Amino acid sequence: MPAAPTLIQAESVFREYRLGETVIRAVDDVSLTVEKGEFLALLGSSGSGKSTLLSIMAGLDRPTSGAIRVRDRNLAELEPDELARYRRETVGMVFQSFNLLPRMTLEENVELPLRLAEVDRHDRESRVAEALARVRLGARRRHRPSELSGGEQQRGALARALVNRPAILFADEPTGNLDSVNGEQILLLLREFQDSLGMTIIMVTHERPLAQKFANRIALLSDGRLVSDGA
Amino acid sequence: MKTRDLSELAVRNLREAVLRNSLTTLGVAVGVASLVAMLSLGVGLQTLASQRLTRSGLFDAVFVTSQRNFRGPRPPAPADSAPKKESRSLDEDARQQLSGLPNVTEVYPQIRFVTEVRYAGKSETTSVLGLPDSSRSSGTFEGMTGTYFSSPTADEAILQIEFAKVLTDQPPSLVGKDLTLRFAERAALSKEHGRDSFFPESMMDSATPGGISIVPREKTLRIVGVIESDPSAGIGGFGGARVYLPLKIAEQLHVAQPDDLQAFLSGNPAKPSYMALTVRVHSPKDVPQVEAAIKQMGFATFSLLDATKSLRLVFTVFDLFLGLFGSLALTVASLGIINTLVMAILERRREIGILKALGATDRDVRSLFFAEAGAMGLFGGFFGVALAWLIGSALTWGTTIYLHRQNLPGVKISYIPWWLAVGAVVFAIAVSLLAGLYPAARAARLNPVEALRYE
Repeated sequence: MPAAPTLIQAESVFREYRLGETVIRAVDDVSLTVEKGEFLALLGSSGSGKSTLLSIMAGLDRPTSGAIRVRDRNLAELEPDELARYRRETVGMVFQSFNLLPRMTLEENVELPLRLAEVDRHDRESRVAEALARVRLGARRRHRPSELSGGEQQRGALARALVNRPAILFADEPTGNLDSVNGEQILLLLREFQDSLGMTIIMVTHERPLAQKFANRIALLSDGRLVSDGA
Repeated sequence: MKTRDLSELAVRNLREAVLRNSLTTLGVAVGVASLVAMLSLGVGLQTLASQRLTRSGLFDAVFVTSQRNFRGPRPPAPADSAPKKESRSLDEDARQQLSGLPNVTEVYPQIRFVTEVRYAGKSETTSVLGLPDSSRSSGTFEGMTGTYFSSPTADEAILQIEFAKVLTDQPPSLVGKDLTLRFAERAALSKEHGRDSFFPESMMDSATPGGISIVPREKTLRIVGVIESDPSAGIGGFGGARVYLPLKIAEQLHVAQPDDLQAFLSGNPAKPSYMALTVRVHSPKDVPQVEAAIKQMGFATFSLLDATKSLRLVFTVFDLFLGLFGSLALTVASLGIINTLVMAILERRREIGILKALGATDRDVRSLFFAEAGAMGLFGGFFGVALAWLIGSALTWGTTIYLHRQNLPGVKISYIPWWLAVGAVVFAIAVSLLAGLYPAARAARLNPVEALRYE
């Protein structure tokens, strides 16, 4: 079976923060590759740098040094508008705290990336309906986030992440605020997207059992360094 | 992001913090209202003054005299001066010619004479002036006791109150009574008649006219009004008359005028010339052109155009100061917008982070805040103009009530022209966008990772 093409390549990535005179190195010389269609779990304890690495790969942050290549383009060298375009067109994101806008209905929240991408108004409706159907929330589309359970909110966030049909889905502790049943449901959905849509999934978690159960590959980080990388 | 989507999001955001945004918008509205109310007061007073002055006949009139008129000793003309136009007689032909000039609405003679007035056994000498029918709409006769002349040919008179007081202690009681004018009528004599008279034969050649006769006459007029102001200033020329009659009646009296002697000597006493003519034009701005044309015809002219220029300057400075005071309120309002939007950034930091994570550019975020500031300016501008209109109406209403109590006609002291209304809304939007510059730039600069961390 031929090897899947490399989608993301991190090369000696450093990310440092300055707190007064102190320099904190959140990511310390990390190099790794992610293949297309892979489900990678970034595992590590709190403060290990896994979320920072995820933010850099998602184009939300820039490395202090090193390169992040996605489809042969170095994210570290992209202009702010190009980076925004990368986030809009290539990437979908889900967060631990769901991050749905409270004053919008679920449907409007899911529609938001389509508005930003200037998708035609007529296409939006069908794409929102399709995304909500995938996460089985079609019936709750007119509800506001405060009227949904935690699991439903995270499923709504998943629908928002995939409505733009991204190539890569980044999930930052997607089960962190959920009970085990809802957490498993979310991860099952991620697997479903990976299998049916061919999506590449990179998930940050500190729960090793879940990572082992759902991810194809686990990269372990500690103090900003990549300490192990394997299935 | 498309403009429509941006607008929808902006309106949605404004609706979410409805109380605070409404108060900020109200601040803009109050600022705009104070600015517009001040300027509308300036415009209203200026319009009122212009209308009154225009109607007074002072600023849309050119007073024409013949250059032949005796004006006393003059310095000799400089040697290099251009040769003067031939001086012409200000007669009926000249009047017709002046009427035909472009932008001229009316040409009428100044018929003014000294006469004896008899009333209830009293006999007083005073000055009489003929008023053209157009003086009816000059506004001068508003609030007068009695009425204006019933027709341009009515045998009626209006008295100036000072003269009326000479005739009676109760001037209003004069309305409806009759008075008699005794005056000197001028009549042209035929050539034959002239030969029969005292002119020596040697003076009478074929070109010599017959002459003129001056006959004492009487005319009875019904007093229809008593006026406190002096309508003879402006409409009639230079003021000072005490009895007013319709111009046509005054013309029909053929009262002997100082120029009659000149007409007699010029050889045509049957064709009298006028002492002065008043030429009314469409608007004060037509005065220079008409005045130049009349000078070209060989007449002397006088107008009060320079006075209107000074008046315009005074009102421009007045408007400037009113505008400055009004702008202070708008400045305070724009500080309110800045405060509201900066607070919104703090509150919506996480939202900005989410938008950026979903692919919003810095420009999208900046535009969103800009649109919100602009919307506050738009609504504030509209409400402000409406509020200013209400304030102006209240001022006009209050002033009118006060004036009515003083037996004076009401006036519209506040006026919002369309350009002021549109300009105020545009200005409110511009000021709001300016106020939104800093908050919008600050929101756009937010780091999405830090913004997402914000609880």
